[in-house]
Amino acid sequence: MSGATAIVNAGNVPETPLRRAWRRLKARKAAMFGLVVIIALVLIAIFAPLIAPHDPIKQSWTAVRKAPSALYWFGTDEVGRDLFSRIIYGARASLAAGVISVGIAVALGVPLGLLAGYGPRWVDAILSRVTDAMLASPFLILAIALAAFLGPSLTNAMIAIGITATPIFIRLTRGQVLAVKVEDYVESARAVGNPRWRIAVKHILPNVMPQLLVQITLTIATAVIAEASLSFLGLGQQPPSPSWGSMLNSAQRFLTNAPWMAIWPGLAIFITVLSFNLLGDGLRDAFDPRERG
Amino acid sequence: MTMLLEARGLQKTFVAKRNLFGRATAEVRAVDGVDLALMAGETLALVGESGCGKSTLGRMLLRLIEPTGGTLTFEGRDLLSLPEAELRNLRRHVQIIFQDPFASLNPRMAVGEAIAEPLLLHNIVPASERRARVAELLEIVGLRPEHAQRYPHEFSGGQRQRVVIARALASEPRLIICDEPVSALDVSIRAQILNLLRDLQQKLDLTMVFISHDLAVVKHIADRIAVMYLGRIVETGSADAVFAAPRHPYTRALLSAIPVASAEKRASRIVLQGDVPSPLNPPSGCHLHRRCPHAGERCRTEEPHLQGDARHRVACHFAGSLPPADSILPREAAPDATLLRLMSAFETGKTETTPQSET
Repeated sequence: MSGATAIVNAGNVPETPLRRAWRRLKARKAAMFGLVVIIALVLIAIFAPLIAPHDPIKQSWTAVRKAPSALYWFGTDEVGRDLFSRIIYGARASLAAGVISVGIAVALGVPLGLLAGYGPRWVDAILSRVTDAMLASPFLILAIALAAFLGPSLTNAMIAIGITATPIFIRLTRGQVLAVKVEDYVESARAVGNPRWRIAVKHILPNVMPQLLVQITLTIATAVIAEASLSFLGLGQQPPSPSWGSMLNSAQRFLTNAPWMAIWPGLAIFITVLSFNLLGDGLRDAFDPRERG
Repeated sequence: MTMLLEARGLQKTFVAKRNLFGRATAEVRAVDGVDLALMAGETLALVGESGCGKSTLGRMLLRLIEPTGGTLTFEGRDLLSLPEAELRNLRRHVQIIFQDPFASLNPRMAVGEAIAEPLLLHNIVPASERRARVAELLEIVGLRPEHAQRYPHEFSGGQRQRVVIARALASEPRLIICDEPVSALDVSIRAQILNLLRDLQQKLDLTMVFISHDLAVVKHIADRIAVMYLGRIVETGSADAVFAAPRHPYTRALLSAIPVASAEKRASRIVLQGDVPSPLNPPSGCHLHRRCPHAGERCRTEEPHLQGDARHRVACHFAGSLPPADSILPREAAPDATLLRLMSAFETGKTETTPQSET
């Protein structure tokens, strides 16, 4: 009865699962690196006007394709815009696309997953077939098709990515619900007279949150890449507003004589995606009940 | 005494195999035509080995599992035809306590919220009084009101089972089904929880169905006993009558398997041959005939039905001609000697049933 012993030992209350996960996450350097970079990126995106030394869309014909220097830290692009400022403003598009599109995917996917896992069997049959069909086509191809259908704009790109990512959350939630709904406490919730929707929201959903949080983090990384890809193809952020993907697109014509135009946005995308993936992996380990520590 | 719950021919078959077109090709009869009558205020023990269908039967009594056949009435109302919403309302009156207190509490719900849930769902006390009622319920089961803020993982097994009991009591039920409520607990804590259940039953005038495989526990708590074997009730009667003179060969084998503390009182143990047959393909006639030392030709072909008076009924063709039970069972052998000693130890120190004592 170790639990009780801890209670009697004067306020030495055993830690909650959440605190335990946080403690274990802190012990993982890679995950903490990811978290710190993400927080920094968010701050950069929010305070972009204060940080950026130049106007990101102001063109200058006297400063076309300048190499990195004290005045232009990251150099300039083919119409003389400061790359450093454009990278900073580009973080807005990337992060917004990552967070909002995953927000859409969660808002659609989690309720549908709950319905599939805990609703009538025929609903599950339909939802699962649709999910299978959507997951059968490659993520980016589906996103491109949807974005092309909706028309080029950052908002439409987010919607397209969000819808494309929805089946990931339907499937994950459904699977977790199937695992949780056979637990005694769900049957006990039924026995005290809970209606089904309340069991789903109050008893099942909180117990699938850890897995959802991991998936959210990892899917944001995918969504950032997808947004960059759509912008690269001209289906995302529209010029002249800066986006890492469209910056890469304009850089490809000058790869040999102005490589910095490609290096910085590439690096920005790389670091952002890496950070979200590291954090997601760290969260997965931290929430894993089988792991000790 | 009035009839609280009555089951007639209650049946549950689970589909074990389906063919390509989803049609059942193999079925398990977990519960096979059970009749039960539960009087208000009594404790009925359902006894049997694991897999005999006692838990399935218990869950069917509050329709957590839908029966595939038979009738079920609660206070004269037909339970099986109730629509979902009315069934939920009725669940207020019938509660269940599960075996494993570590699994039956939502790990992400504070204990106070879990206990308040039935109050909210059935609107038992106004919202403003809910906290006070939760504190009251915690005290009834021997916990402290401050415990309401805590989460299940902060409690020991015995304390969690107390929380589960408080939650079951919250809706002021008339019937509580206890599905092996102490078998997951430490032996030292079992007696406390059993005493708590018995006290509460007397104080609140509860009716209980007590499902257990542990006859020592059952003897301590039950008024009436129903012994199950492979989905059927083979013997039922008042606890005194069944313990004093078990008539079914299966009950006798079960009773003779209770460990006895004293060496002189150890009686000969009746060991049934072989294993429990698969419920997928139960033997014809009397389910026990392949293992029963007294089985005759009739047992193979004809299914025995419960016969006898209200005090004691048995489903065995040869119940009348079997040797008297006294030779098998030690008279007043106190088969639960260890348990009794534990009980008395805890009963003298009643105040110790506060959580601290469970360390």
